[in-house]
Amino acid sequence: MNVEETDILDVAVPARATPTFKQDFVDRLSKSETAHVRFSLGEAVVWDGATLALIKSLANTARDHSVSSDFERLPPQVQRVLALTRDAAKDLDEDTGEEGSGGRSDFFTRVGEKTVGFLGASQTTSSFLREVGGSLRRFFTGRAQYQKSDLIQFMRDTGPQAIPLVGLVNLLLGVILAFMGAIQLQQFGAQIFVADLVAIGLTREIAPMMTAIILAGRTGAAYAAQLGTMQVNEEIDAFKTFGFSPTDFLVLPRMLALAVMTPLLVLYADAIGMFGGFLVGVLLLDISGTEYLNETRSAIDMTDLMIGIFKASIFGMLVAIAGCMKGMQSGRNASAVGLAATSAVVTGIVSIIIATAFFAVLTNVLGL
Amino acid sequence: MSAEAPEIAVQGLTMAYGENVIQRGLEFNISKGEIFVIMGDSGSGKSTLLKHLIGLNRPAKGTIAYSGLDFWNSDAKAQLQTTHRFGVLYQSGALWSSMTLAENIALPLQTFAEFSESEVADIVSFKLSLVGLAGFEDYYPSEISGGMKKRAGLARAMALDPEILFFDEPSAGLDPISSRRLDDLILELRDGLGTTVVIVTHELASIFAIGDRGIFVDADAKTQTALGPIAEMRSAPPTEKVAEFLSRGEAETNEGTKP
Repeated sequence: MNVEETDILDVAVPARATPTFKQDFVDRLSKSETAHVRFSLGEAVVWDGATLALIKSLANTARDHSVSSDFERLPPQVQRVLALTRDAAKDLDEDTGEEGSGGRSDFFTRVGEKTVGFLGASQTTSSFLREVGGSLRRFFTGRAQYQKSDLIQFMRDTGPQAIPLVGLVNLLLGVILAFMGAIQLQQFGAQIFVADLVAIGLTREIAPMMTAIILAGRTGAAYAAQLGTMQVNEEIDAFKTFGFSPTDFLVLPRMLALAVMTPLLVLYADAIGMFGGFLVGVLLLDISGTEYLNETRSAIDMTDLMIGIFKASIFGMLVAIAGCMKGMQSGRNASAVGLAATSAVVTGIVSIIIATAFFAVLTNVLGL
Repeated sequence: MSAEAPEIAVQGLTMAYGENVIQRGLEFNISKGEIFVIMGDSGSGKSTLLKHLIGLNRPAKGTIAYSGLDFWNSDAKAQLQTTHRFGVLYQSGALWSSMTLAENIALPLQTFAEFSESEVADIVSFKLSLVGLAGFEDYYPSEISGGMKKRAGLARAMALDPEILFFDEPSAGLDPISSRRLDDLILELRDGLGTTVVIVTHELASIFAIGDRGIFVDADAKTQTALGPIAEMRSAPPTEKVAEFLSRGEAETNEGTKP
């Protein structure tokens, strides 16, 4: 580094900065009565992007110390590239100059922003729900515009295609419930009540909830991704400009499909879950098949089944609403679509659990 | 609706996303059968302006009227009737990806017009052949190229014989020949059907070839800095930025027409 103690500081820049190079430069700047820096390249330096970045950074440092600088001794090519960055830097300075004052946000600003964001979110949620309500009203009065073929397609996707997964999960749930009960009940020689536990537990609570959770992961996420991608492609805008209601056209058939298919899946889940309990009872607890079936039949009545079915329908709607809402509100890029799918699953599952708790209290109060 | 009311009248329009004002004080008319170009530097809100003009975004302030009808102060029915006079070609085509090209074009026809099935099929084939896509009825959007998607999007935009066609950067992503053909097609539509055309573009060759009048929205001034016939704007640009914008185009068109 060649530095002369005059008004003009000559700096020969190496290809790469040594650890102390910048600090040295700053020291020189502040110590001497330097008014101007003249940059040149060190001997036999092969310059590249990093060299240019270094020169730029040094020039900026000089400017911060109110010292002017010039690039005239640098090779013409280097000068030309640096001239480009000089313009860009000027623009940038102007930009930051405008916004510099409000950049850092303090605690209260952040709380305020979060609150406004939350209020905004609940506002968009309620306006989405209003639109869905309007759409349902149009459906029941026969004025909704949607394609029947879409509805059938969605029903096929959410219903029959979910049968293997829903079956497997609920069979195992029946087995698990039976084991859980058996451990306690065997102590009193009351293992026959495993049948009651499995039947009531499954039909009223477990089957609807678990089936809905499976659908939240399987179908809710798919809905969010489909609608999010349509948002990215401006397909939803295209629906709007043709005067189609995107809610009627896209949300309604998806919601109906889930509202219809979830109860059917839950009926199937009830049956297969009780079969799981039956297997445990007969094979491991020495209950005879007839005994188990009789106990099951006397344990549940129509009310239990209907409560489960009713809940399933509500859960199906919740999953569909979460999926469609997140999809319709998705941002217009790939990562936003991923985010929409994730948040559709989370919102779906959380709202299922909340609704389950709500129903538990409600049925208790109503004495059902 | 008086006869002399302009096709589109924009008054004191302020566009904003939340508190972030994009443009303010926009004031212009678009008359029937005109090809109106929306120009501007990047980030100036050209596409946002288009979204306001097609009724997707609500103005933060000001009014937009179509043939004298104030859009945002009308009831839903009048709004729907108004938007049915529009055809929009989105930047990416925005075809509905779960439907074939034929279904894409047929859907508005089946929903909003009274046509028999065979009529719909005829209209679909006709519109597709109009944009040079005859025989592609049963293709899905994912099976055709970007330029074809754009043309199919145009066919769909024209499905309901719109009185006003909006184009969002029609030539973006098209090769020069297709882009030129699209320009010719736009001119023919205007001359043949009297369609009003509103285009967002910064393709200068296009602007000079087909634009009648235009508006220049400035990202820094956050308002319109030029309005009027393209030729006038070119000969006497009101601001330096407009001059710069249009003069670079001159160089480009010279190169483009020489060989």
